[in-house]
Amino acid sequence: MMRGATAIIASTGTVALALLPLCAPSYYASLTIPFFGYAIALLGFNLLFGYTGLLSFGHAMFLGFGAYGAAVLAGMLGIKSFDAVLVAVMLVAALAAVPIGLLCVRYVGIFFGMLTLAFGMLFYSFLFKFYHLTGGDSGMHVPRMNILGLEFAQYNKIEFLAGPFYYYCLVLLVIAGFVMWRIVHSPFGLHLKAVRDNARKAEYLGVHVHRFRLAAFVISAAYGAAGGAILGFRIGLADPELVYWTQSGQLVFMAVLGGFSNFFGPIVGAFAFTLLQDQLQSLTQYWRLVLGAVLAVIVIGFPGGLAGLADDLRRWLAKEPA
Amino acid sequence: MVAFANILIGGVFHAAVLFLVAAGLQLVFGVQKIVNLACGSFYALGAYFGITFIGYAMAAGLSPWLIMPGLVVAGIALGFIGPPIERLLRSVYSRDESFQLLLTFALVLMFQDVFRFVWGSNPRSLDSAYLIYGVINAREFSVPVYNLLVIAAAIATAAGLGAFLQRTNYGRILRATAENRAMAEALGVDVRRVYAVVFTVGVVLGTTAGALVVPTAAASLDMAIDFVIEAFAVVVIGGLGSMRGALVGALIVGLIRAYAIVLYPEAEVLAIYLIVIAVLLLRPAGLFGRPVT
Repeated sequence: MMRGATAIIASTGTVALALLPLCAPSYYASLTIPFFGYAIALLGFNLLFGYTGLLSFGHAMFLGFGAYGAAVLAGMLGIKSFDAVLVAVMLVAALAAVPIGLLCVRYVGIFFGMLTLAFGMLFYSFLFKFYHLTGGDSGMHVPRMNILGLEFAQYNKIEFLAGPFYYYCLVLLVIAGFVMWRIVHSPFGLHLKAVRDNARKAEYLGVHVHRFRLAAFVISAAYGAAGGAILGFRIGLADPELVYWTQSGQLVFMAVLGGFSNFFGPIVGAFAFTLLQDQLQSLTQYWRLVLGAVLAVIVIGFPGGLAGLADDLRRWLAKEPA
Repeated sequence: MVAFANILIGGVFHAAVLFLVAAGLQLVFGVQKIVNLACGSFYALGAYFGITFIGYAMAAGLSPWLIMPGLVVAGIALGFIGPPIERLLRSVYSRDESFQLLLTFALVLMFQDVFRFVWGSNPRSLDSAYLIYGVINAREFSVPVYNLLVIAAAIATAAGLGAFLQRTNYGRILRATAENRAMAEALGVDVRRVYAVVFTVGVVLGTTAGALVVPTAAASLDMAIDFVIEAFAVVVIGGLGSMRGALVGALIVGLIRAYAIVLYPEAEVLAIYLIVIAVLLLRPAGLFGRPVT
């Protein structure tokens, strides 16, 4: 039953997203690209936050690995295949996450958050200050790349983003979501939840707590880099703002907005956030005020996020059949 | 040698301002167990409001000599925003710390636009108003007197806070509440009131620091999010919740920044976070914090 419902939700969402470029102006399709980037990054983020109970406040670092990795590989080394770049940045981020994770996973709660924040700021200050290597505050150019070996040279950048690249990202999100679904529903995922709920008990039962946290950290880093590569490709720029601590805060915001205790919550959160931010920005220059108020209302009144609201609604409807 | 001394004073001045904000952060964390990301926003609020306040006061005939006391008054006056914000935070005291952190992050976002709305997006400043107090010149060694006054004010605040927490009755009540909230409540302490007072003191420390810094630096929209991250480095190095830690941490961060800018500018921020990470790994409780269990 549950599996059936989930499959229906997932496929409805996918079909709706697949139809979007056909019925909405191409502006909306290219607006949706950051959503894909954030959604993939948040799937990984939530493996760490929702399933393992570790709040990373420096996760934008991995977005940075993705975007800057793409800039270096495609812009400086001339690798024009986005697929190759994607795989490479995920591997690099995962490798970099091993030593960082080894140091961080010894702590939980606020100390884990602070350590990840410090690592994120360390990376940020490297990007921001080492001008000759990273371009400093002007960032690095991410050139246009081919996808699956196809150039789509007849499209300009907007058409390319709204057409082929859109579907490419959609497929990536579906794959990333499917893999993550398998991960959290595997014995490995159960281990993570056990570690989250009671680390000491899990350890007593023979779970290598640190090893599992580290694995979750590394996987989430790879997801973050994939998301970052998409974000960097879309704007054609890897810039240090993507790695600043407020960006990490924004990732947490999206996860909570969607509801981090639900598998689809982060995806919903990424979608709601990108849409809300875009609409607010076109309405007023004071969009942060509204976003902040939305965040405050959610934190205080609806800790389950949008997914939690949907659950409440469904329960309410089930209790009172019309 | 001359340059060395000038950098030293510059670093200590920065440390003095950092200490005030970090002390507010520590007090709130120590008693309420909340990491308040919005403390940088209080700092920025103090800076913006200080400029406006002094502008009006000068127009009304305030002697330029009274700029510094005027700024302190402006900072303290902003304390009125403490209780309502504390009231808002009260709804998440019993929740997971990630929610508390997020709520203060929401405050950061909202304050950002309040500044933009009220003061616009261009940086604002009091044009070198600190020179009114003159500069001490000894050979090539030169220090603005204003900077020394701010350092003195920070030292006085540190001493005053220390005496308040250690010697007065209310200070003992605060420490008891920090130690064991339930027990303090059982013994008749009005914890709600204590929380409101502590948070307001935290706000005032931040706003006063911000007000005091405007004669030497412009107020800008980025100062809130840039400064909170530095104050955070201070409290992590010093140890969460420890006043002594805030003092030592502020000196470490302030001096490192001052010297790094001169010796190796690329490492200005990098060096701070390397120390933060080293401290968290070797002594997660910080230099003066209590061991983490």
